[in-house]
Amino acid sequence: MKAELRFDFLVDEEKSTLTITREFAAKRQPVWDCHTKSELLDRWFAPKPLATKTKSMDFREGGHWHYAMIEPNGQEYWSRIDYQTIHPIDNYTLLDGFSDDTGALNPDLPRSRWKVTFSDLKAHTLVETIVSYKSPEALQQVIKMGMKEGLTSTLERLDELLLTLN
Amino acid sequence: MENYQSLNSVFHALADPTRRSVIARLGSGSASIKELAEPFGLGLPSFLKHIKVLESSGLIASEKVGRVRTCKLRRANLIAAQKWFDEQRAAWESRYDNLDNLLTSLKGEDES
Repeated sequence: MKAELRFDFLVDEEKSTLTITREFAAKRQPVWDCHTKSELLDRWFAPKPLATKTKSMDFREGGHWHYAMIEPNGQEYWSRIDYQTIHPIDNYTLLDGFSDDTGALNPDLPRSRWKVTFSDLKAHTLVETIVSYKSPEALQQVIKMGMKEGLTSTLERLDELLLTLN
Repeated sequence: MENYQSLNSVFHALADPTRRSVIARLGSGSASIKELAEPFGLGLPSFLKHIKVLESSGLIASEKVGRVRTCKLRRANLIAAQKWFDEQRAAWESRYDNLDNLLTSLKGEDES
């Protein structure tokens, strides 16, 4: 069944955007709830094998979500999302950024802007997320950060690959 | 640190449309500087600057045989950048599989 659900991942290097489109076998309200309530976000947001832990959340324009993704070995990676605009249950925009466990943003790393749009697809729901970076340089910097900090263990494989390139 | 540097220069190189066209052209085979420059209507000196950026990013290599300088793509370095996007894609895929499971379990909770 999952194989039938649409999933597109588009990269636009010129505009420095990623566009992720995914269909879900559920109505719009529960899909919206899963994106906007911390007790539900904690149950899916971190990719495997990481877990999500919310420290605080205030889902309103100008509000924030402060959370950690936790590796099985206990290593925590903190992030802070600041909500900009919210139009239930159609779309919302936010600024995503890396923080510490107090919620203070890391000023050395660029933030990306997300626009998340929900629409009906017959009995299903389509979610489109556009992740925009300010410039190709900002995108580069995040890529560099990913390799340096190893946000997920899979990125370590990129390090290994890069070692073979020089 | 050298490794991070090399990926930075890859993205710097790819941030320019002329250079991306050169990469795309070289994807279908090696070509001389003259052949590569033709579609752009740029003076040779400004075109050579682009070639220099591409060479120093490691995306292409060039070799002079007689009077002709030929360029070719170094695919491994392009793949390194692509790899990052692949990892992002995999992360979103995994995240959304979790969401499928959650949505299914929520339906169960409603019915019970």
